[in-house]
Amino acid sequence: MKVHIPTPLRSYTAKKSVIEAEGATVGEMLAEIDQRYPGFRFRIVDEQDGIREHIKIFINEKQARSLGAPLQPGDMIHIVCALSGGVR
Amino acid sequence: MLIGTRKGAFILRGDKTRRAWKLSNPIFLGHIVYHMVLDHRDGRTLLVAARTGHLGPTIFRSTDFGKSWKEAERPPAFPKAPEGQKGLVLDHVFWMTPGHASQPGVWYAGSSPQGLFRSEDGGRMWEGVPGFNDHPMRSAWTGGIGDGTPDGPKLHSINIDPRDPSHIYIGMSSGGVFESVDSGRDWKPLNKGCAADFLPTPDPEYGHDPHRVLLHPLMPDRLYQQNHCGIYRMERPEGRWLRIGRNMPKKVGDIGFPIVLHPRDPDTVWVFPMDGTEVWPRTSPDGKPACYVTRNAGKTWKRLDKGFPRRAWFTVKRQAMANDAHEPVGLYLGTTSGELWISRNEGASWAFLARHLPEIYSVEVAELSK
Repeated sequence: MKVHIPTPLRSYTAKKSVIEAEGATVGEMLAEIDQRYPGFRFRIVDEQDGIREHIKIFINEKQARSLGAPLQPGDMIHIVCALSGGVR
Repeated sequence: MLIGTRKGAFILRGDKTRRAWKLSNPIFLGHIVYHMVLDHRDGRTLLVAARTGHLGPTIFRSTDFGKSWKEAERPPAFPKAPEGQKGLVLDHVFWMTPGHASQPGVWYAGSSPQGLFRSEDGGRMWEGVPGFNDHPMRSAWTGGIGDGTPDGPKLHSINIDPRDPSHIYIGMSSGGVFESVDSGRDWKPLNKGCAADFLPTPDPEYGHDPHRVLLHPLMPDRLYQQNHCGIYRMERPEGRWLRIGRNMPKKVGDIGFPIVLHPRDPDTVWVFPMDGTEVWPRTSPDGKPACYVTRNAGKTWKRLDKGFPRRAWFTVKRQAMANDAHEPVGLYLGTTSGELWISRNEGASWAFLARHLPEIYSVEVAELSK
């Protein structure tokens, strides 16, 4: 499946905006990505396996609420930095 | 000078005269850099505690004084809670301190919410210090997530006794000052004599708000702190805080964030008071920036404001004031309005060193040669 990477995370993916990844769930997919790009996962998922407050993960066009969200081959994943700033 | 700001880090390189300075390009531009610290034991390892508005916290390392950087392989994080229980989530690393001289590679980090972490390999891999993070009293000591600074509760002011690596002091906002004599396996509150006017309890054992705590390296039984409720000195082993801020001018008061010690004279201390009245503007009292110095361990204080603007409305955060070890001692302070100030004469006069920086969070002196 293809995973779209937001600009703040591209320092981990050698500047790639889209990468290929595998996994039956969002959690498995992120673990697989983290194997190749160490440190990637912890920037967007906290130590209690919560997706960080200002990060959204979309499977096709539906938001995944947890790492257990299932994935199918061919799904299009978007990792999005939410539009939550602007004051500082 | 190692400068941490709301929008990245900067290195300001000076010469021995402290008159020629060159500012680096921003490092990790856009990251919130809470602290950038040199390992004074090797003179080349730098650690940066950072996060961004979106991305979680991490630590970056350089072993060539900032020429190249790598991320910590295992940055500080709380343990995963058992299924069905709520675990702590690290918001940011706020504070970093190199370990004892006899323990090269050891570092300590303090976090928001209050957690203590340790690395034994120069900041590559970090582990929680369970004696603190899992202490049965930790939750009571810290008061929970909502009981902290507007920017989150913090563990800071990690001081290692230069005589004994197992003897450690920490400060927490909130929580108070705590001491361990067994390398962090157990901790005891050390807040007797310190006010906590914001609490309903008259003389609480913990729950205080030290803003910055320092041990004097030449007199390790002497501690100073700038607290939310005054300026204090403690002589060990007595273990009672004496409010030396009572001797400050009443109109100025003794509230502030930073406190700086003279490297060779344990009786000389500088503070930068702020307005802690009514809604706590945290700007200089009456908008008149000034440093204050005592040269007799707090019996008397002298105002030092030459060179500062007559009126200004910035804040100097707890990590944003530092000193060098020159003769006379140089003082440095960074402001929330992005100005860095220097005094080459122990505070007698002040001048701009840099301006138009982002909001300054921390200032550290890294002396590479005397």
